Amino acid sequence: MKTLRIEDLTVEIAGKRVLGGVNLEVPEGETHVLLGPNGSGKTSLITSILGFPSCHILSGKIRFNGTDITTMPTDERVKLGIGVAFQNPPQIRGVKLGDVLRHLTRRKFDEVKLAGTTNIPVDFFGRDLNLGFSGGELKRTEILQLLAQRPDFAIFDEPDSGVDVENLEVIGKAINEFLKNRSGLLITHLGHILRYLKVDKAHVMFYGTIACSGKPTNIINRIMKKGYKWCERCPKVKRLH
Amino acid sequence: MPKGKKTTLNAIEKPAAFGPDLDLGAFKRETSPWPPCTISTLPEDIVQRALSVGISTEEKERAGTYFQIDHSAILQTIRKTFSGKAEIMTTGEALKKYRWAKEYWWKIVAADTDKFTALAKLKWDQGYFIRVLEGQKITIPLQACLFISKDNFNQNVHNLIIAEPNSEAQIITGCTVHPNVQSGLHVGISEFYVKKNAKLTFTMIHNWAQNFNVRPRTAALVDDDATFVSNYMCMKPVKSLQMYPVAYCKGANSRVRFNTILHGNQNSHLDVGSKVVLQGKGSRGEIITRAIASDNAQINARGLLVGEHEDSKAHLECRGLLLSDEAFIHAIPELVGKVKGTELSHEAAVGKIAEEQIQYLMARGFSETEAESLIIRGFMDTSIFGLPDVLKKDTERMIDATFGGAL
Ligand SMILES: Nc1ncnc2c1ncn2[C@@H]1O[C@H](COP(=O)(O)OP(=O)(O)OP(=O)(O)O)[C@@H](O)[C@H]1O
Ligand SMILES: [Mg+2]
Repeated sequence: MKTLRIEDLTVEIAGKRVLGGVNLEVPEGETHVLLGPNGSGKTSLITSILGFPSCHILSGKIRFNGTDITTMPTDERVKLGIGVAFQNPPQIRGVKLGDVLRHLTRRKFDEVKLAGTTNIPVDFFGRDLNLGFSGGELKRTEILQLLAQRPDFAIFDEPDSGVDVENLEVIGKAINEFLKNRSGLLITHLGHILRYLKVDKAHVMFYGTIACSGKPTNIINRIMKKGYKWCERCPKVKRLH
Repeated sequence: MPKGKKTTLNAIEKPAAFGPDLDLGAFKRETSPWPPCTISTLPEDIVQRALSVGISTEEKERAGTYFQIDHSAILQTIRKTFSGKAEIMTTGEALKKYRWAKEYWWKIVAADTDKFTALAKLKWDQGYFIRVLEGQKITIPLQACLFISKDNFNQNVHNLIIAEPNSEAQIITGCTVHPNVQSGLHVGISEFYVKKNAKLTFTMIHNWAQNFNVRPRTAALVDDDATFVSNYMCMKPVKSLQMYPVAYCKGANSRVRFNTILHGNQNSHLDVGSKVVLQGKGSRGEIITRAIASDNAQINARGLLVGEHEDSKAHLECRGLLLSDEAFIHAIPELVGKVKGTELSHEAAVGKIAEEQIQYLMARGFSETEAESLIIRGFMDTSIFGLPDVLKKDTERMIDATFGGAL
């Protein structure tokens, strides 16, 4: 049961309620897409799933494969098989991308082959983590690390933002291939990457909660055409406001 | 009495501009001399400590060796392959052998600077003379070890290093004490002369004891097209260490770089800085400091760039990492522009490990401890120093020994 199940999750970050009563389930083998306007709480949900200490859980539960992980330290959750490609990864001076990749792959890896999966030049392995990486390079190295990590449940926080057309195809296909026998959750704004991916369900986040869920094509097409204004008219969202 | 002697005598009471003041009378001067010996016949306990400061006992790894214990110079050798290319002897011998040597003696460090320079002048205990002859490129490092074997002892060395025109060399100096030594005072005067188009890389590694006091006084004069690189590393406890070496970029296109790695731990008080004075046309300077403070350590990390030529440029970068709430780091970068056209800049940052970085690495499966040690190890990344390979390996070995090795 490689299933992520979030029940009625309410979270505060820096004294601010960022999530209120989130319910979400991603069953084994499925990939879901999470949409929602800026600041609606998507990234906060991811850091809560990872158990970052900044996310204070006021109520609710997070279960993974049946285990209650709500209070588990981050590295243990990762050992259970959760992995994240971050939207805004921090820079770490002196720590090389190669150091992390060696750790993730237990030392042995074919540099050229691995780098090729997201079209990253091999010399990036000797560079300080995320320092001076361009927007697209940041995304591609994040995805690269996640692919090397091989989690059962892979979360991608805006993997396509700032990525050019050619690279979008490269990472889209790489992610799709990777998710073939895994489960995943993917956050995107414009949905371009969905051209290359098979997703099973879409959710829309509003004011820190999942306001609606359904067939990806329907939801995405509406939002792309009419924007989140369309969602604002939804009685469910109105109630949240 | 000559005037010089008198001002020196007066300075013996004069506290240093920085660092805690010390009572010079508190340390012993008497000792019995050590007999000369070879590096392979040194006692094992001394060898172990020497290794900890980058000294190699493998003859083939070094071009030459100077070894001094307390007041006795026990060993000065140049390997056969390098004879006629470089010279190593005590500074006493050098002053006797070469009449011109006095032109370099107490010329860029003033004996009346403070009580420590005065002490080194009045109670001088040798030190090394290393000279790289004109046009010679010494491909493997020369090394010098200054060792103290007795507790509560005072050693005052005065070193003279000359890189003749078009020469190139690396020197490693390791300063340390016997494991039985707890306290004491080491004063080291070093005068460097890097002549036209010469390149000298000087790496000094210190490993003292908890109650030990250290007062190096260093200056370098860098001529046209010459390069002086000074690397300094102190990772082990010391009671107080205060130094503020200066390099004068006197020549046109002269280059100076100071790289410093400090780890203050226990109750260490470190007051360490570097100064670069840009005097020549096209002169360039760079100061890079990494300081880590744990336990109750106090670190003042200073840096001063002085631009005296309109075509000159220098940059100072100081990063401090606090690993304890009781530790403290004061970064004091200073820029003095004396003419228009000089370009001086600095960058300083002091803080603890960012929680965000630890979380990020934990999300990649590192444990909290692994993440911290990876970040600390990265903070001490020596690749930015551009060290020659031999030195890089040595310094990395030492950093790994202190902060845990590769994961
Ligand atoms: N550490 C923090 N301190 C203060 N506010 C925070 C913090 N972290 C998140 N927030 C706030 O919580 C809200 C949700 O932020 P979050 O990053 O989860 O949004 P998001 O849906 O991922 O947005 P985007 O689409 O822009 O990435 C925002 O209003 C944000 O400013
Ligand atoms: Mg976000």
